[in-house]
Amino acid sequence: MAHVTEYLPLLLAGLRTTLLLAISTMVVGLILGMLLALAKLSKSPWLSRPAYAFTNFMRGIPEFLVLLLIYFGGTQVLNGMLPEGGFEVSPFGAGLAALSVIFGAYASETFRAAFQSVPKGQIEAGRAYGFSTWKTFRYIQIPQIWRVAIPGLGNLWQGSVKDTALVSIVGLDDLMRKAQQASQTTREPFTFFFVASLMFLAITLVSMWIIARLERRASRGFAGAR
Amino acid sequence: MQILVDILSRYGWDFVSGTWLTIQLVTISAILGVLLAIPVALGRLSPNPFVSGIAAAYSLFFRGTPLLVQIFLIYFGLGQFDFVRDSILWPILREAYVCALIAFVLNTAAYSGEIVRSGILAVPRGEIEAAHACGMSAVTTYRMVILPRAFSICLPAYSNEVIILLKGTSLASTITLMELMGVSRLAASATYEPIQVFAIAGVIYYLLTLVITRIFRLLENRYNRYILHAR
Repeated sequence: MAHVTEYLPLLLAGLRTTLLLAISTMVVGLILGMLLALAKLSKSPWLSRPAYAFTNFMRGIPEFLVLLLIYFGGTQVLNGMLPEGGFEVSPFGAGLAALSVIFGAYASETFRAAFQSVPKGQIEAGRAYGFSTWKTFRYIQIPQIWRVAIPGLGNLWQGSVKDTALVSIVGLDDLMRKAQQASQTTREPFTFFFVASLMFLAITLVSMWIIARLERRASRGFAGAR
Repeated sequence: MQILVDILSRYGWDFVSGTWLTIQLVTISAILGVLLAIPVALGRLSPNPFVSGIAAAYSLFFRGTPLLVQIFLIYFGLGQFDFVRDSILWPILREAYVCALIAFVLNTAAYSGEIVRSGILAVPRGEIEAAHACGMSAVTTYRMVILPRAFSICLPAYSNEVIILLKGTSLASTITLMELMGVSRLAASATYEPIQVFAIAGVIYYLLTLVITRIFRLLENRYNRYILHAR
């Protein structure tokens, strides 16, 4: 137990990196997911077909594989392009790219379903009142999409927090890697991996609470909708 | 293209053996996971707060923490305790293969337990009442009515869980197992062609998910034919 207090600052620094990566992943992933959903719903097959193929493939391969592909493959591509070579993709950059692409692929399905849940008549009504496409999107579609999408997006967030642990394998100094370092020097692997797992559990529990509040807030216009 | 042919001619058999190990890990974990999921689900539904509390804590821990931490806890962590090292099970528990399987089974059983629980809750009340009215005991009702009905309700959701399990088995490569991902990592670092090697692995994983989807569609057609035909 004495070791845990000794290494606690190290672990907390790792926790910060983990949270930073998870939050950046969500921000980039939400934007990607929204764009992919719009592409899927587009009337042009040149947009919708590739979007479907891409998300289906992404959802069928391991997250770990995507991460290694971007981390090692990115280095390979960059060194091929730059003549001087010696370039390397940072673990954080590779982790952010891999996890947000995965987040985006899953989120696009959530958004697509949510878009389709908004009755067509409301969009037509918006247009009839002279709302521009953007205003219809912003004031009529988004608030309702949000309500339907929150539970699905919440699950995705929980998943990507856990997936950040994978990035420790390519060398990101996150909670997982700090726990590994502490367990190697102290020879107490169980203790430190257990403490790390409790920290992940704490993130999960806090997230559950926040998601429940967001859901309640998004549904406030719907009587008995909670 | 030439590079792909080179990689396949040099590492083709490694990919085959890696894929075979992946299939083994998925199949064994899925079967043991479901067997463990049923007591977990029954525990979660138990009126006894002690039993349901333990089942809920188990489920929360394994669903709320990364699979990688769980694998490391078991593979690296267990050796920290002298009583584990001294026990007769140590030669088995030292094996990466066994540790990976334990982690996968415990992890998937927590997720499947939730699926089974919601399946049990979705069995129509009338059917349970009918079973009681026919004079079935609680155990018989579970065995003859509730569990078979829950099984068919769970089947579609369970196929997703098996796909997640397949993707999770790629983490076994972090503890030295040479399954599909382990083989690919080795081939990628030996050939310096990570993109091509991981692309091959990606296609194999994708084909495996398609196979799993297909198997579950067949199972659904077989076991849910009474529902499908009614439509």
